Amino acid sequence: MSTVTFPDPDRAVIARRNDIVKQLKRLVPEAVMIADEEGRRTFESDALTAYHCLPLAVVLPGTTEEVSAILRFCNENHIKVVPRGAGTSLCGGALPLEDALVVCLSRMRKVLAIDTANRVARVEAGVTNIAITEAASKDGFFYAPDPSSQIACTVGGNIATNSGGAHCLKYGVTVNNVLGLRMVMMDGEIVDLGGTYLDAPGYDFLPLITGSEGQLAIVTEATVRLLKAPEGSRPILLGFDSTEAAASCVAAIIAGGIIPVAIEFMDRPAIHVCEHFVSAGYPLDVEALLIVEVEGSQDEIEYLLEKIEDIARDFLPSYSRRSMSAEESALIWKGRKAAFGAIGQLSDYYCMDGVIPLSKLPKALDEIGWICRKYRFDVANIFHAGDGNLHPLILYNANDSVQLERVELCGEEILKLCIALGGCLTGEHGVGIEKRELMYEQYTDEDIDQQVRVKEALDPAWLLNPGKVFPIEGRDARKMRGLELHQLEELQEFEPQPELAEGHDVP
Amino acid sequence: MTGHMRLGFHAPETEEELAHLVAEAVDTRTPLEVMGRGTKREIGHPVGSGAVVSTEAMVGVPVYEPTELVMVAKTGTPLAQIEAQLAENDQELPFEPVDLGQLLGYAPGEATIGGVVATNISGSRRILKGAARDHVLGMRAVNGRGEVIKSGGRVMKNVTGYDLGRTLAGSWGTLAIMTEVALKVLPAHREVRTVICFGLTDQTAIEALCIAMGTPYEVSGGLHLHAAIAERFSNEDIAGAGAAVTAIRVENAPASARYRANSLKQALLAYGPALELDTERSRAFWGEVRSLKMFQSTPNPLWRVSTTPSAAAKLVGNLSRKMRVNAAYDWSGGMIWMETPALTDGGAVDIRRTLAEFGGHATLIRAENATRSGIDVFQPLDPPIASLTAKLKHAFDPLGILNPGRMYRDM
Repeated sequence: MSTVTFPDPDRAVIARRNDIVKQLKRLVPEAVMIADEEGRRTFESDALTAYHCLPLAVVLPGTTEEVSAILRFCNENHIKVVPRGAGTSLCGGALPLEDALVVCLSRMRKVLAIDTANRVARVEAGVTNIAITEAASKDGFFYAPDPSSQIACTVGGNIATNSGGAHCLKYGVTVNNVLGLRMVMMDGEIVDLGGTYLDAPGYDFLPLITGSEGQLAIVTEATVRLLKAPEGSRPILLGFDSTEAAASCVAAIIAGGIIPVAIEFMDRPAIHVCEHFVSAGYPLDVEALLIVEVEGSQDEIEYLLEKIEDIARDFLPSYSRRSMSAEESALIWKGRKAAFGAIGQLSDYYCMDGVIPLSKLPKALDEIGWICRKYRFDVANIFHAGDGNLHPLILYNANDSVQLERVELCGEEILKLCIALGGCLTGEHGVGIEKRELMYEQYTDEDIDQQVRVKEALDPAWLLNPGKVFPIEGRDARKMRGLELHQLEELQEFEPQPELAEGHDVP
Repeated sequence: MTGHMRLGFHAPETEEELAHLVAEAVDTRTPLEVMGRGTKREIGHPVGSGAVVSTEAMVGVPVYEPTELVMVAKTGTPLAQIEAQLAENDQELPFEPVDLGQLLGYAPGEATIGGVVATNISGSRRILKGAARDHVLGMRAVNGRGEVIKSGGRVMKNVTGYDLGRTLAGSWGTLAIMTEVALKVLPAHREVRTVICFGLTDQTAIEALCIAMGTPYEVSGGLHLHAAIAERFSNEDIAGAGAAVTAIRVENAPASARYRANSLKQALLAYGPALELDTERSRAFWGEVRSLKMFQSTPNPLWRVSTTPSAAAKLVGNLSRKMRVNAAYDWSGGMIWMETPALTDGGAVDIRRTLAEFGGHATLIRAENATRSGIDVFQPLDPPIASLTAKLKHAFDPLGILNPGRMYRDM
């Protein structure tokens, strides 16, 4: 563990581990319990592997009723709970706590219904993202959000972080594609939200729960929107001698009234690594490469690609190639989708997730380059350009604790830059433990207080996934020590307002 | 504590003034009726507070970046102004908000953008592009404590903290008073085509609509009108048919829209597609749908019902055995505008009883004051959701200052 700190664990709970496990086994005999150290070790990290912590115990329930019984027990016994799907969080959202029970939904992986007339699927939360599309594809339908980890990540996890993906420019993110949820509140109550219709009565709790990082309820089932697959889709590759030209081209395509299904951006280091890894046929002599994909019938695709080429011509692309076949398209996407893995073969990397207004793209890339040079790291940029969601991958050595500390500061400076440019900390990965201390960069005390009040309304004792999302220094830490909100409001001395974008000294 | 706050109409010009006003209401325990320009004031229970706060003096568009598909608007800005500015750049609000105000006697586009978001009112295109709330990227608001809060931002993707902006959409001013909303906007399509079938039964029509929605042609409107409703449209082919009308819309670049309309006609051959409207006539037709022109000429109660598309025809069928129902099914059958006879309860008991069997919910959109006061205008909530609702209300407005009783009597 490097610079991330946690509240002191509840030693009394840890001391009662054996007793707690025994009681849980009695309570939910069908659920899988993991209490031995070796078994718990499997769950000590999520995909933000720099951090790890052995949990109190792990339970894998098989039904909503079991989840309900487990949460009611934990609530009554004041035991913290960390929900987990496939553990692919990139922000430490599923990082265990020493005194917390991990409730892992990966056994709940039934596709309950595919209803093509109403264009919805009902699935258990442990179903993988790709499994929905697999189940619906025989009727020609698909589930739109497609995070890079889609073969592994679960729907429950997608809902917790409001996952996006390469195709969300056109189809929206998870929140735009979820119609109903079955969830369990910390006190064990089972609540059904929405259903197979397009809006909910009364307050809309779906967007509140979606993206709440497992802090308000544990989702056990979801009803999601299915879409008919397009007649066809095809990407075009556009290479440019400068990132500015590429960024301006993206803006011009959108201004031209075209919303491609995806616009992906890669800079020179990313292109080279991916090409070396996959031989996708990317040009190696360009500074920036766009993969622009459009959908429709053959004629529609030709029409759109022609229009995009026309628009791109103003920005003097040094490379332009339409995919001519399904195989070629698959190879182009294989390169992009392999990017994180390819870079991971070369080096450890720290993946950022800031978002900026599109018009600030050239400035942002320029500044990110400067920041990384200052911290003496190489960086590869690969991201969803259409929506301004940046993913700089900072290359470092995770086994070097000095580098780990330095890379965190470097990342922090990049995220502060995103906010200063009018953007936000995280577009699709979530806050987790990784970015919680930066929340005050984006939000005021009142903004955070309002979120905290919502948290407390649904989980008054802060037992569900605590220590995440909210700054630990400040309110959350005080809450951990048992201070009530009304007492908090009388305490005015803690005003952590770090000076914006000033930057750190490099250790 | 007793009130010293000045009663009557308040229209603060800035967020600070508004925050100050709400804080004063909190101090004096004065309930506030919250509105924009009041075009939807007759929906919901009458609030009956002596103090009204309006956002109508907070007008303007601080940010509009067409190439970023983003508009940030002050919530008092009239819809007409927002849409005119978007149209200058060939863009639009993708969710095509229903202009409820016209139903209640107000001018077109008089509603404020804040009111549109606060009521999450989405039109026919919702079925393709999502609801108003789906396009909320961020907001600024004053909560029931008189504090200025914000959530989200102005960028396309944002998962930084809880999504309070989208949560406020559809809360009818009962959680916080929004002062600014950041919305995702999209290019408007140049060509619109509408494929029309006549004389289908409700059940067959919904089946046809679901087939159309299950094609890859990106259908942006799936509507079925009872004959009694269809005859109120301006289009002579539609009004004069003397039959139920089923309408399916596609929007795209010209060649695409034409190709898709033709493909749809092939896919729906069994349902006898008999008419295709061109862009101009399509715009006129869907414009009337959007303003609910077909319900403007009668004073009868009007309900908005959400249900599962495949259950819709049966739901209306069962209800029709109890009362005369004139229905316009939108969203491929998933949302039904239902005109009911002028019963004392507007048909509430029978509608809600029937809904209990089929799933879904109903909101009374238009009725006499006496009717609205006497029944649940919004769908009564299941106990677990009612409990969450009360908790959320308390988290934003602990003293119940904002629009008390508007949605639910005890809240």
